Amino acid sequence: MDLKARLDAVYAPSEDIVARSIEGEIIIVPLVAGIGDLEDELYTLNETGKAVWDRLDGKKKLKEVLAELSAEFDAPAGEIEKDLMGLVEELVRRKIVAEIV
Amino acid sequence: MTCSEKFEEESPYLLRVGSQNASLWKTGKPLLGHLDVELTERCNNNCIHCGINLPAGDSVAKKRELSTAAAKEILNEAASLGCLSVRFTGGEPLLREDFEELYLHARKTGLKVILFTNATLVTPSLADLFSRIPPLEEIEISVYGMKKTSYEAVTRAPGSFETAWRGINLLLENKVPFVVKSALLPPNRVEVEDFEAWASTVPWMDDFPSYSVFFDLHGRRDGKKNQMIRALRPAPEEGVEFLARRKKKRIKEMEAFCSKFIGPPGDSLFACGAGVGGACVDAYGMAQLCMDLRHPQAIYDLKKGSLREAVTQFFPQVRELKAENPDYLARCAQCFLKGLCEQCPAKSWTEHGTLDTPVDYYCEIAHTEARVLGLLRDDEKAWEVMDWEERLRDLSQKEHGQLKRRASWT
Repeated sequence: MDLKARLDAVYAPSEDIVARSIEGEIIIVPLVAGIGDLEDELYTLNETGKAVWDRLDGKKKLKEVLAELSAEFDAPAGEIEKDLMGLVEELVRRKIVAEIV
Repeated sequence: MTCSEKFEEESPYLLRVGSQNASLWKTGKPLLGHLDVELTERCNNNCIHCGINLPAGDSVAKKRELSTAAAKEILNEAASLGCLSVRFTGGEPLLREDFEELYLHARKTGLKVILFTNATLVTPSLADLFSRIPPLEEIEISVYGMKKTSYEAVTRAPGSFETAWRGINLLLENKVPFVVKSALLPPNRVEVEDFEAWASTVPWMDDFPSYSVFFDLHGRRDGKKNQMIRALRPAPEEGVEFLARRKKKRIKEMEAFCSKFIGPPGDSLFACGAGVGGACVDAYGMAQLCMDLRHPQAIYDLKKGSLREAVTQFFPQVRELKAENPDYLARCAQCFLKGLCEQCPAKSWTEHGTLDTPVDYYCEIAHTEARVLGLLRDDEKAWEVMDWEERLRDLSQKEHGQLKRRASWT
């Protein structure tokens, strides 16, 4: 599995997790074994993470996600790209999102 | 750096949390944090001390139970209210033929599952399912004895010893996390050390196993069963002595008592957190503040209303109920041992069929505990003590392990 995020790839939440929106928070609940390091682990996302998560819809390429984030957020393009790639790589490593082939 | 090393680092974007982690909620807590579902009142064991064990083959009870669709609908609604975990209890929940379906539905809805079971019905395929799709909480297994004779003297179910240990071993082989607990009963009393020694070998046990000691009466107020349960209850002194045998654990419990204590409850019936952020649903679809509280005034029929209505409207109304019983008002309402006493509307219901009758057994236990802690003299009743604040202050200021008794008990 390629763990490196690619701008021309499309990503979506994995079928191995259940993502829930509760009280304004995104809660990621592992469904299968091996997602978290601990058995009872849940995940939530910070504000940057939420902005990215909402756009990982299985349709947009990552470069389109980057363009949307750059238009919405007042931050240097390089910084947004670094955050986006960092998060997507981490989510892929943890099997929370998967590349759509 | 390898991937696994990087996993150990704190991520700036993705935060790991437990479902009980208060910092999870920044704007407000969900309406429902936790749900208990009693999948059935039937059980394949017939334990001598148990208050919820209709026969496994009770077809009338089975027919009344929540349908698969109704149970799923309740889980869906719980999730929509923000619930993160559900406890499947019984009876023996694995008796339900649709257990796997309900379990998978709960997990696919994004709920953690806590399972209370006797493990006798754990099959290779179920252990495999728990291994592939973990409940995300440790399974809790009741173990009634270390030998066939003691185990089955409690369960009164021939063959249950072998099937329980087969189930436990299947979970061990499949590395499915579980913890064990027991009930202190005449047949297994001499096996406490053996049980604890074995329990310490269970990889997920990070403390001594808990014991049920002061048994609750039957939730449906079955007179015949209650007679048997009462006969198995230890004397308050005996039970308190058993629970106090581990000094460190005892100190922790005492600290919890001191932190919980906030004064006599007055005429408010609900000093506990029942129905606040959590709900229970019985085997037939009745929403309850707590699983033992089956008083007609305190149950809400989910066939006629929603879980949301139960949680937001019905439960708060029930919690507003005030005690009217003069005996309760003279004793419990004035008693400073609130944090130490199990008196509550559910206990009053199971013992007396009311919401506000003092339960002498629990009263005696609390008084015994208080005497051991040095909060009461032998001749005192807690509701007559005027300087209780001073006594509690003294207790919290004493060094750990330096508690003095006001009088000894034997």
